[in-house]
Amino acid sequence: MLRNLELQSMQKINTTSVQASISQASSTAQQSGQDTVISIENVSVHIGNKTVLNAINLDIKPGQVTALLGPNGAGKSTLLKSLCQEVSLSSGMISVLGKPLAQWDRSQLAKSLAVLPQHASLTFPFKVHEVVQMGLYPLTISQHQGHELVDEQLKKVALSALKHRSYPTLSGGEKQRVQLARVLTQLAQAQRSPILLLDEPTSALDLAQQHRVLELAQSLAHDHNYCVVVVLHDLNQACRYADRLVVLEQGEVVSDGEPHRALTADIIEKVWHYTPTLVIDPKSKLPLIF
Amino acid sequence: MQHQRWLWPCLITALVMTSLLSVSIGPLHISPTTSFNAMLNWASGQELASVAPHEQLVINNVRLPRTLLALAVGAMLAQCGAVMQGLFRNPLADPGIIGVSSGAALGAAVCIVLFPNGGEYLVAFSAFVAGLVTTLIVYRLAASPSGTSVVLLLLSGVAVAALAGAGIGVLTYMADDMALRDLTLWQMGSIAGAQWHYVVLSLLALAVISWQFNHSAKALNALLLGESEARHLGLDVDKLKLKLIVLCAIGVGIAVAATGIIGFIGLVVPHLVRMIVGPDHRLLLPLSAILGAAILMVADIGARSIVAPSELPVGLVTALLGAPFFIILLLKQRNKLV
Repeated sequence: MLRNLELQSMQKINTTSVQASISQASSTAQQSGQDTVISIENVSVHIGNKTVLNAINLDIKPGQVTALLGPNGAGKSTLLKSLCQEVSLSSGMISVLGKPLAQWDRSQLAKSLAVLPQHASLTFPFKVHEVVQMGLYPLTISQHQGHELVDEQLKKVALSALKHRSYPTLSGGEKQRVQLARVLTQLAQAQRSPILLLDEPTSALDLAQQHRVLELAQSLAHDHNYCVVVVLHDLNQACRYADRLVVLEQGEVVSDGEPHRALTADIIEKVWHYTPTLVIDPKSKLPLIF
Repeated sequence: MQHQRWLWPCLITALVMTSLLSVSIGPLHISPTTSFNAMLNWASGQELASVAPHEQLVINNVRLPRTLLALAVGAMLAQCGAVMQGLFRNPLADPGIIGVSSGAALGAAVCIVLFPNGGEYLVAFSAFVAGLVTTLIVYRLAASPSGTSVVLLLLSGVAVAALAGAGIGVLTYMADDMALRDLTLWQMGSIAGAQWHYVVLSLLALAVISWQFNHSAKALNALLLGESEARHLGLDVDKLKLKLIVLCAIGVGIAVAATGIIGFIGLVVPHLVRMIVGPDHRLLLPLSAILGAAILMVADIGARSIVAPSELPVGLVTALLGAPFFIILLLKQRNKLV
């Protein structure tokens, strides 16, 4: 019964939730329209003798889901890591919200840019609400407001009923949603478009959970002007949930644009070395790849 | 949250009662009321209540420093254990098990044997430096971006402890009778020789590390998500790690210099507290300090009562209590460790 309630509430996410805490961020961001939030200029990354990223140029805008695609070793995760300063650039520059990444104070940047990890295991048995509370770390907020914010984010990911459950006892999908609630908490005080980076967020989830997480990401981008950048392997999911696809091959951008333009049979064959059956879904007008 | 309401008063009452018992129990029997009066006299510097002079003398010079040293050292070791477990993201980290205590004892031994006129503060400083170096070595050996390997952690602890043991062995061979006595005492851990200057130093160190640990508790929680995740939360991870390692080295170094190696407090106490209140460091650290202090005082009462009028080293008592707990913990976690 509880689970059904949770699922119902989850389905309402697209239409009703995500309001109070991010309204400030949304309204400010709406004013900024389609300004570039992340600017990647001529970025190259070399690890040892290997060129992992080669002269990448991208402008990423708010209000969109941008998916980074490519085969293993194409440089998608490295590009994502370079956006959150986990990888040092060999050359080029990345600017976030108009300011070079290197000039950001780490704690200030954390209020505007959050990363959802692929897996997050905890050594000690924290309760669900305690994990979400960790997202309050960079915020300046009273204890009472913090509790309210945590409750709000848990409701958003339909986990209110599991608030006092021990995190290690949750399923993979539930853990991922707890982490999502944590990063949304972290972004609650973003002054302009909040930036959400997701590194293969669906890799450990079952089919229904995969769609729920991506639906939520899409809702945050479309309804609340988040700038969502996601690394995905599933091309159909990318076509369905992303507004823009950036296809990488051997560290270079080989295709960039809306799904039906960026992901053609030729591109798939060239990049993945696989001859696909590609049809256009008459309903959504999006490519379906088999 | 329900349990926290009674937990604080219970632990504080237990601490006060244990302190009173610790001051009262010994070869010279002093009633708890007299002990309380004597402590009032000592604290006020005046004779507020009537206490026999010889009892006041024993309490002022023997029992009170011993009790306060047990309190400070127990609280420091328990907090350092909790912090190390958080820092290493590993429930088996403990100053004794990973060799930090042995390293600090080697530092103290070098000083006492090679620089016998250096004084106690040089010994404490040397123990602190050696504890810091040992912690850094063990951390470097066992840490990886995804956490620390249990196997590497324990093996590096064994290696470091063996190396420190060999060093202490060489120094024992070189030591004169006086130094030999002190060295032996350190290796078994004892609070019997508590002196006021160590009490003051330990209480000061306890105040500093407790304040700083409490200040870092929220960050330490965030660190448990993983180093990358903590960085994404805006945490300066490297600065935090260095700060906590230095504070642990101060705590353990001074505890070892004052009392020798007292094992298992740092391992057992945080686990006990975690079982009751969970792993949130904002509660775990202060409650570990209180429980660690109470347990070490109880162990010290045991050490002086079990074979009275003689005394057991308190390190033996904590090992007798803590080693079985450690074995149970290993058995519970063995699936994860293989």
